[in-house]
Amino acid sequence: MATASDLPPSLSKIRHIVLVLSGKGGVGKSSITTQLALSLVQLGYSVGVLDIDLTGPSLPRMFGLESKKIHQSSQGWVPVYTDASKRLCVMSIGFLLKDRGDSVVWRGPKKSAMIRQFVRDVVWGELDYLLIDTPPGTSDEHISIAEQLRDANPDGAVLVTTPQAVATADVRKELSFCRKVGLDILGVVENMSGFLCPHCSECSHIFSKGGGEDLAKQYGVPFLGAVPIDPQFVLMIEEQHATASATTVGDQRPDVEGGTGFSLIEKYKECKLCPIFARITEQVVATTKDKVRQ
Amino acid sequence: MATATTVTSAKPYNTGTIPTLAAPEPEHCPGTDSEQAGKADACEGCPNQLICASTPKGPDVDLPAIHRRMEGVRHKILVLSGKGGVGKSTFTSMLGWAFAQDTDKEVGVMDLDICGPSLPTMMGAKGEQIHMSNSGWSPVYVADNLGMMSIGFMLPNEDDAIIWRGAKKSGLIKQFLKDVDWGSLDFLVVDTPPGTSDEHLSVNQYLKDTGVDGAVLVTTPQEVALLDVRKEIDFCRKAGIKVLGLVENMSGFVCPNCSGESFIFAPTTGGGKALAADMKIPFLGSVPLDPRIGQSCDTGNSFLDEYPDSPTSKAVIKIIRQLREFIGDPVEDDEDE
Repeated sequence: MATASDLPPSLSKIRHIVLVLSGKGGVGKSSITTQLALSLVQLGYSVGVLDIDLTGPSLPRMFGLESKKIHQSSQGWVPVYTDASKRLCVMSIGFLLKDRGDSVVWRGPKKSAMIRQFVRDVVWGELDYLLIDTPPGTSDEHISIAEQLRDANPDGAVLVTTPQAVATADVRKELSFCRKVGLDILGVVENMSGFLCPHCSECSHIFSKGGGEDLAKQYGVPFLGAVPIDPQFVLMIEEQHATASATTVGDQRPDVEGGTGFSLIEKYKECKLCPIFARITEQVVATTKDKVRQ
Repeated sequence: MATATTVTSAKPYNTGTIPTLAAPEPEHCPGTDSEQAGKADACEGCPNQLICASTPKGPDVDLPAIHRRMEGVRHKILVLSGKGGVGKSTFTSMLGWAFAQDTDKEVGVMDLDICGPSLPTMMGAKGEQIHMSNSGWSPVYVADNLGMMSIGFMLPNEDDAIIWRGAKKSGLIKQFLKDVDWGSLDFLVVDTPPGTSDEHLSVNQYLKDTGVDGAVLVTTPQEVALLDVRKEIDFCRKAGIKVLGLVENMSGFVCPNCSGESFIFAPTTGGGKALAADMKIPFLGSVPLDPRIGQSCDTGNSFLDEYPDSPTSKAVIKIIRQLREFIGDPVEDDEDE
């Protein structure tokens, strides 16, 4: 039984820890993490997002925070807040790179050390939810985060897949990983599940269909929902950068998100995927509500 | 008579310069095969310290064996991305099938994605096993002139996760290069996992002196993908890998109902073409999305053979012709069907 002293102090005021895993690359883990975070904030929760994809960190761009840097305080690294309300903060190696094109070419041990710092040396403060976005696979990053969280009793993992078999095959492996490390599976999300043609509204199953739901049934885990492809979501994310680059450095206001007045949290309410995610998030909240970490 | 032994489980490479470790490496481990192994500050107190310190350093003793195996391989092409899910494995399988269309050519496909090996499924070799003979591991042949190697063939249960740290993955990659009896190949296409980590560093380290033609980078049009591909190009430059060109995959979708065109992954920053121009690398072409590709991959059939008239097939064939020009093995016109 983990004693209170085994829990990293940085995590001691966080009520729920949820990992977003896949096994397969490119299924939308970062997009799903972003939308889960936004939905949770809309429900009134305070959310932190940790990006442990060290070689391909997508979250700074997803949240419109690419130009931000991390500040050091006496207690550790301060995560980047999306706006003055401080309802949502992000930590990613993306904020530590001098140039966005710089590659992080590290072998496993160095990646593990970084992840340890991200867990223990970040001043997360008091949060309702800490979401952890992961790279694809079952390797150093996944082993490390499982080890780092061993004494923190995480609520579990949301697994993301796309419908086709080559994706679900990798997600099966991730399910196997979760079982091996004792991580509860909160459910499966099937992403890129159908595309509605904007010209004729015909639904095309570009990446096949049904694989995620079948997988959930087969493993006896909750199926949280199917999320269709919505190009408007990508455009909304990208719009943050168009507005940011139109504002000169001197005009940037630290109290307003991105310094431009574009609030992703507000804008997301207009997105077609928002109600779909509200339902997925409600299920995650319901499952995690009963899990008390402290 | 050669004896054949079936390789049923993937074991880490235990001899040579990757020592058998008593416990997992510490966090600041300099790397078990580095010059500092056993001697760095981080090594103090590590149970492996003595093992690492006493293992001979210097040139990798396995490189000559890898050179010997690779002597018979005329062209080596790496398929890289940085970003996951852009179609590296799909493109690798198409390259394999396309090169093998010329029955005079011998083609090998090597899958270095140890956590998520997709190639056995995509190439219709799911459930196959590797056989070992006196001359080494035999590749799994999916056509007379098309052989492949993947950890997917070594798993007793395909749903089991391979939860290996980087050093162990590098060990297996070394075995793929040293122990597989590829024979004489005209083309060896190497599929990689996303990222810029152990697998990429290791394959470059092992193959560098044997001459790699270069790398094909695959991306999708949206900026979150291009961002990772920029990093991969940076990696190639740091590692001295020639970039043969960039392929933009999933570039636009044509609705099968109304033929209207849409962008699933909007190229808000100019897509692959703009990135290629910016990074001064050749742009090999754009490949549109066809929903039937997913099905072909899942059933293990060659999309190029099943749907030769698809705009996707035509785009891929054009890219492959260009690639063969770049590597000095142009398509002869009587090879085209």
